[in-house]
Amino acid sequence: MGLSNLRYAKSHEWVSVTDGVATVGISRFAVDQLTDVTYLELPKVGKTVAIGDEVGVIESVKSTSSFYSPVAGEVIAVNDAAVQDTGLLNEDPYEKGWLMKVKLAAGAGIDHLLDQSQYDAQIASEA
Amino acid sequence: MNNTQSTELLFEISKTGRRCHRLPVCDVPVDEPLESLLPDAHRAAEPPPLPEVGEIDLIRHYTNLSTRNMSIDTNFYPLGSCTMKYNPKRHERFAGLPGFAALHPLQDDETLQGMLELLFHMQEYLAEISGLPAVSLQPAAGAQGELTALFVAAAYFRDKGETQRKKVLVPDSAHGTNPASAALAGFEAVTVKSTPGGLVDLDDLRAKIGPDTAVFMITNPNTLGLFEKQIQTITTLLHEQGALVYLDGANMNAILGITRPGDFGADMQHYNVHKTFTGPHGGGGPGSGPIAVREFLAPYLPAPVVVQDGDRYRLEYDMPKSIGRVRSFFGNVGILFRGYCYIRTLGPDGLKDVSEQAVLNANYLRARVAEGYDIPHAGPCMHEFVASARGLLREKKIRAMDIAKRLLDYGYHAPTVYFPLVVPEALMMEPTETESRETLDAFADTLLAIRNEEPDMLRTAPHTHIISRADEVKAAKEPVLRWK
Repeated sequence: MGLSNLRYAKSHEWVSVTDGVATVGISRFAVDQLTDVTYLELPKVGKTVAIGDEVGVIESVKSTSSFYSPVAGEVIAVNDAAVQDTGLLNEDPYEKGWLMKVKLAAGAGIDHLLDQSQYDAQIASEA
Repeated sequence: MNNTQSTELLFEISKTGRRCHRLPVCDVPVDEPLESLLPDAHRAAEPPPLPEVGEIDLIRHYTNLSTRNMSIDTNFYPLGSCTMKYNPKRHERFAGLPGFAALHPLQDDETLQGMLELLFHMQEYLAEISGLPAVSLQPAAGAQGELTALFVAAAYFRDKGETQRKKVLVPDSAHGTNPASAALAGFEAVTVKSTPGGLVDLDDLRAKIGPDTAVFMITNPNTLGLFEKQIQTITTLLHEQGALVYLDGANMNAILGITRPGDFGADMQHYNVHKTFTGPHGGGGPGSGPIAVREFLAPYLPAPVVVQDGDRYRLEYDMPKSIGRVRSFFGNVGILFRGYCYIRTLGPDGLKDVSEQAVLNANYLRARVAEGYDIPHAGPCMHEFVASARGLLREKKIRAMDIAKRLLDYGYHAPTVYFPLVVPEALMMEPTETESRETLDAFADTLLAIRNEEPDMLRTAPHTHIISRADEVKAAKEPVLRWK
């Protein structure tokens, strides 16, 4: 996946949209902050989500963090493999470690999200 | 920590027939057969599978295990937010006096007068120190104190018919127990942001206060070791909306005798007697988390409370609006007892001195640590401060965890790491008032030396302990909770 095509929420979720379906995960920066992920709770397929909704929980050896939907729509898939093997998030947050797929609601977009350079600037100030 | 003795379990070193002691043959004549004294059906078919070991092996087993422990009696223990101060040994001696230690809580009040008098005065002292007149000694630790106070708040609002108050506001630098207590008490926890300076963001607080606000929980000084200077503005804002202010008393060690939560507008607070008033802790407890509240909340406190009737003391159960018991008997009396001894030993001036020395020690250590580490929030601090290893992470990929683990090699307990969450790579240090300047200097010198050690070696520290880095992921996901 070309990272330059991703968009980001301030809360460190990434989004990639293909044919009206947004794939959502968390960024490498976020994963590195969390350190080893031990437990993952993802939303139910079919759930309607709004931007900023708390949709899941990511627990690591360091802390427990909420995971927020960066887009509006309906959850059509979640990554059960990552729930089973949370190491996938640490190894490959942008491919094997994706979290959910959301069919965007009518009129919903991703223009409110940060592009790569804006996100890079944000994490440079946080790191 | 150079003990190389085995930590095999007693079951593993057991040898059939080996004994510490052999009882003599029973010399009481038994006329009846055993069967008639204790029928077969009630007797075990074989002896219980207890370990069989010699006395020397038993003593070595426990003595060696005890040397694996790090404690305030053996090591400097700057564990931020935990107030690991020295626990005076004379309290142990007093607590062991048979007039106290041999009491049973189900004895009649009349035969417990000494203990009840002591607990009554403890209630009075805690009320005086907090500026909040009504006290319950029952909660078993700080988190239970928080939960109890929120139950009290919920009962108060129910009684007033203000059931629309569903929200508890909690700053993002709060202890994780705050939102957890709010949720357990049936409220919704709402996070309030901090300013870059580390204090409550008043604009965000104003935006979140409303007619549905029940309680604002604030830790003051907060977990960054900063005193919330706008505390009176904050408490006024909450009171204007009819909401209550809860003070998380975890950091009382900074303000004893200097300011009182009741005076700056808190309506309820808990104490951690085991921290502020020296109950030995760090090995899992027990703690003691009494709460103090304003007079109008007193009817809702857990029953019973200790009351004075003339020259007698008794437990008062006639509290129809009470939320009920939260702990068996009178709470963790052993810790309350030690706290009482501490308060009586020091007196009002001594307690104030404790806080002044604790703040002085923290600021001294802060200045020394700042020679080599980022300290994101401007000083002076109160009784603790938070340093950050973010610079080291950027330069050499060394994390706060690596520094914490390496400190163990030098015989120091690690500081609190990765808390509060608002500071990346946080190292939170609370030296307490009982440490000497020499100890603080030696610790600071060590921290500064670690900074320049070989990164690869730091990432695999500690190197001098029997267990190095535990596999935390495996421990969290596949915990081994029993032997075999």
